[in-house]
Amino acid sequence: MLGSGIIKGFYITAKNFVGSFFTTERLTTIQYPEVRAKLPHASRSFPFLVYDGDSPIDGLRCVACRICEKECPPQCIYIVAERDEKGKIMKKPRIFDIDYSVCMGCQICVEACPFDSIKMDNVYEIAVRDRYEGLLMHRDQLAKPNSYFHHINATDATEVDNRLAEEKRKAEEKARAAAAAKAAAAAKAAADAAVAQAAKPATPPVPETK
Amino acid sequence: MSATLPDINIALPNGATARRVEDEFHGDLLEISLGPHHPSTHGVFRMNATLDGEIITTLKPVFGYLHRNHEKLGETNSYLANIPYTDRLDYLASLTNNWAYVHAVEKLAGFVPTERCEYLRVILGELSRIINHVCLVGFLLNDLGTSFTPLLYSLRERERMLDLLEELTGARMMYNFMRFGGLRTDVSADWLARLKTYLEGLFARYLDEQDALLTGNEILLARTQGTGVLKPGLAINAGITGPGLRASGVDYDIRKVDKYSIYERFDFRVPLGEHGDTYDRYMMRMLEMRESVKIILQAMRDLPEGPVNDPKAKSRGLRPKAGEAYGRIECPKGELGFYLISDGTPNPYRYRVRPPSFINLTVLEDMCVGQTLADAVITLGSIDIVLGEVDR
Repeated sequence: MLGSGIIKGFYITAKNFVGSFFTTERLTTIQYPEVRAKLPHASRSFPFLVYDGDSPIDGLRCVACRICEKECPPQCIYIVAERDEKGKIMKKPRIFDIDYSVCMGCQICVEACPFDSIKMDNVYEIAVRDRYEGLLMHRDQLAKPNSYFHHINATDATEVDNRLAEEKRKAEEKARAAAAAKAAAAAKAAADAAVAQAAKPATPPVPETK
Repeated sequence: MSATLPDINIALPNGATARRVEDEFHGDLLEISLGPHHPSTHGVFRMNATLDGEIITTLKPVFGYLHRNHEKLGETNSYLANIPYTDRLDYLASLTNNWAYVHAVEKLAGFVPTERCEYLRVILGELSRIINHVCLVGFLLNDLGTSFTPLLYSLRERERMLDLLEELTGARMMYNFMRFGGLRTDVSADWLARLKTYLEGLFARYLDEQDALLTGNEILLARTQGTGVLKPGLAINAGITGPGLRASGVDYDIRKVDKYSIYERFDFRVPLGEHGDTYDRYMMRMLEMRESVKIILQAMRDLPEGPVNDPKAKSRGLRPKAGEAYGRIECPKGELGFYLISDGTPNPYRYRVRPPSFINLTVLEDMCVGQTLADAVITLGSIDIVLGEVDR
């Protein structure tokens, strides 16, 4: 019958309309500024820098190795390492800038970082009026505590913490083993010296005379 | 004045004839520029159309408004750094773009993805095909003038799938998820179980409802049947691929032809059209979604355990041996291919994209001439273009 398809269609729209009053399967929108959807742990927007402890400068995990700077596809990261008073390069950044207006949130810096110091944030309300400087994030704005990382992505943060603790433990063990080996070597050297001392003839050799 | 105008009564390329120009209109044709900021053009696409009354006599596509230098950028980037850029080609189905590029690089470098990775790629690729087709059906109906009802039903389901993908990959559209010889992370059993529940529950209901709402609707039939006809001969000559080609009755699906990845292990059918009109192209999408669901469920059933990444493959600092490779897959819009030449350096010497949207768009004039302007809009909608891929 001509028109039966249309009537069937009206039945579907009616079902959706009525259903939207009773079930969230039919009504999926939320009232955004007042109600916010909970972001999943993996959700990512822009990178930030993690620091341990209380000091956002000294606690930074970043060692200014510049791997992320090299890997970044749109090249939005700019790093300059700190130098001590003698001009020697230190293992921390003096300048660490990320241009959020260029960043495309691809997460390659996070994958490249061997020190787990750069991670993805999930902020999304960062609109600014200034088109150029406003989204150029500096070290102080990027540095965020490890507790914040736990807050936005507990799964990854716990995994990273465990891994770092494990690495630290291994490094300590290695250092201890190295120290023990060094001590043993020193003891051995001392013992060898003692043996050599003991093996020496009690009386100094008489110089030959002609 | 009328003497200088072209004689529009000649046989038009697709066999249609235009209406005779009446003298009282002085034979003037109306030239209009549709786009680049027209809501019906799906982005920044422009059509310069010449109208005789309401009938299109010529139609010239103009593109390039979204040109982003993708291919040249690809030659200066490292192989890994190109993956997020491929997301931005066809942004409605980014995972298949990742897959095609990764497939080409794997061919070039000689990596073999692990079994588990292949299954997960099939699941994700078919999911992005579903997402693309859901969007297409919604937007096509919007072009037809159904003010938003089918579109919002479609976007509602797309949101659910994007939520799932956001949980997995971290992003809603720009996933950057595939790596050479593997994936960025493994996929949890819990996530797969939820995807399965969704596809068997709410999504199956959506497909049935959308079918009931649209497929038999008399207005939709009247608007789409017999409009924008693409003849199989022209389609083959012009290099059309994807659902647009299959709607014309040509059985050509790279999943079946190339048997890339592990597609020969799945039992699925390739829907074929008969008339090559807008309605057939619409039906191709509705049927392909059901086939994709079937493939995903089979892949989930057979998903093996094991490592997801090939331990020998490396993504960072990849320097393939000098050579060339062309990798292609069946993306939701057709054949998406990447051609790479390596000269042994960390970035490709030549990087070329074979975009399905762009090549499918070349026959737009042949499909539209002799039809009304309103039909040209839905013909464009049914070709399924994404301007990110057309202009690159």
